[in-house]
Amino acid sequence: MDETLAEFFRRTILKIPMTEMMTILKTWNFLSENQLQTVNFRQRKESIVQDLVLLCEENRASLNDAAHLDIIYTQFHRHQKIWDVFQMSKAPGDDIDLFDMEQFKSSFKKILQRALKNVTVSFRDAEENSVWIRIAWGTQYKKPNQYKPAYVVYYSQTPYAFTSSSRLKSNLPLLGQALTVASKHHQIVKMDLRSRYLDSLKAIVFKQYNQSFETHNCTTSLQEGSLGLDINMDSRIIHENKVEKERVQRVTQEIFGDYPQPRLEFAQYKLETKFKSDLNGGILAEREEPLRCLVKFSSPHLLEALKSLAPAERSGSIGIFS
Amino acid sequence: MSALRPLDKLPGLNTATILLVGTEDALLQQLADSMLKADCTSELKVHLARSLPLPCSVNRPRIDLIVFVVNLHSKLSLQSVEESLCHLDAAFFLGKVAFLATGAGRDSHCSIHRNTVVKLAHTYRSPLLFCDLEIEDFRAAMAQRLVRLLQICAGHVPGVSALNLLSLMRGSENPSLEDL
Repeated sequence: MDETLAEFFRRTILKIPMTEMMTILKTWNFLSENQLQTVNFRQRKESIVQDLVLLCEENRASLNDAAHLDIIYTQFHRHQKIWDVFQMSKAPGDDIDLFDMEQFKSSFKKILQRALKNVTVSFRDAEENSVWIRIAWGTQYKKPNQYKPAYVVYYSQTPYAFTSSSRLKSNLPLLGQALTVASKHHQIVKMDLRSRYLDSLKAIVFKQYNQSFETHNCTTSLQEGSLGLDINMDSRIIHENKVEKERVQRVTQEIFGDYPQPRLEFAQYKLETKFKSDLNGGILAEREEPLRCLVKFSSPHLLEALKSLAPAERSGSIGIFS
Repeated sequence: MSALRPLDKLPGLNTATILLVGTEDALLQQLADSMLKADCTSELKVHLARSLPLPCSVNRPRIDLIVFVVNLHSKLSLQSVEESLCHLDAAFFLGKVAFLATGAGRDSHCSIHRNTVVKLAHTYRSPLLFCDLEIEDFRAAMAQRLVRLLQICAGHVPGVSALNLLSLMRGSENPSLEDL
């Protein structure tokens, strides 16, 4: 086996933590049970990795198999990458074609290989009709850099694709074009969502977050378990602002629902607004055109932070979602 | 929703009511719990409010002591207290108002200077207490103190009235405050 390939195997397997080693190797399904049993997993990690690489050589592992292992590792550690969301759209007159996974894969690969001679593309099917694509970029004259691949998760029944932001930003337009053409769409647009948590992005984009609608029973149950206090609350303590607090709680519950929120780290949107000021006059207040702003929110867990903001503040509810 | 007046209602029998005003709900709740655990011969009632004016309520008993809780970590709490003070009848400031500043222990988190609160208390001629409400022991001690204050303000301690107490407490303050 080629030295660079052996080194790539070694580094990829070395990244895997010992607790997940067996699971990942079994998912990869490249080394057989018997072969795995011949490896002594009680040695030091470097020795284990060496044994595994020798086994891979025995089985004549190719770059494709290494790429598969890399995809599996990334699937287990998806929160280590930051994911962007792209939305594709069809032109108004287009018919709805039946989606063929194999045709998508071959078309995608061909487009990339036609543009850049040196590129490694690998696929792995995953749940919910999605496919994980790993792309290692090269140029006309350089071999692909296997250590800085880009990942795309495309949900075939939807127009959405999630990409891990790669260092090599110049290839992004090409990636977008390949995705669009291969999936028979017309246009691709980057959405203003970015997060480490793929599941949360999915929940937001596919509208799977829980939004409860007001029913008659809602208000009565609020009185009983209200304000997040103990049931054994002392009756000598009286909350003056009880009515207001209940209102805020109810509105928060309506907007956010009872269940844990999808985990969002950044959110930004564009805002056009006129300047409002308490003082009369001022240069900005007289301006005719609205001011164009970009509002950015960032937090380790943005939606939970916004949810806890409402009960803590005097002013009432916050309605955000577009 | 008129301004609160100290003597517009009849007192309840052996009842003392304190009103805690502050933006930090959790701290107020904990302080209220600590106060109710303290030993007291009178019946205690604790009202918690975020700000004044209070929402209209006919059933509210006469309020004997108001404590404004300012969190030194939050400018909003100071602002809220300052705005609430306008809705209070002047007669309250004859010994029935106190200020409590919390969070002084963690200096790096303080966004309000100590002197700001000292000046505020001085302007309104009311005592200022410092206590880190997050620490249980300090909170329990402060709760005891507040219960004693409340009993005096409610008139349950013979020989001492709220106004007496005010002049007693002022005597122990730093004389340099008069220069502010």
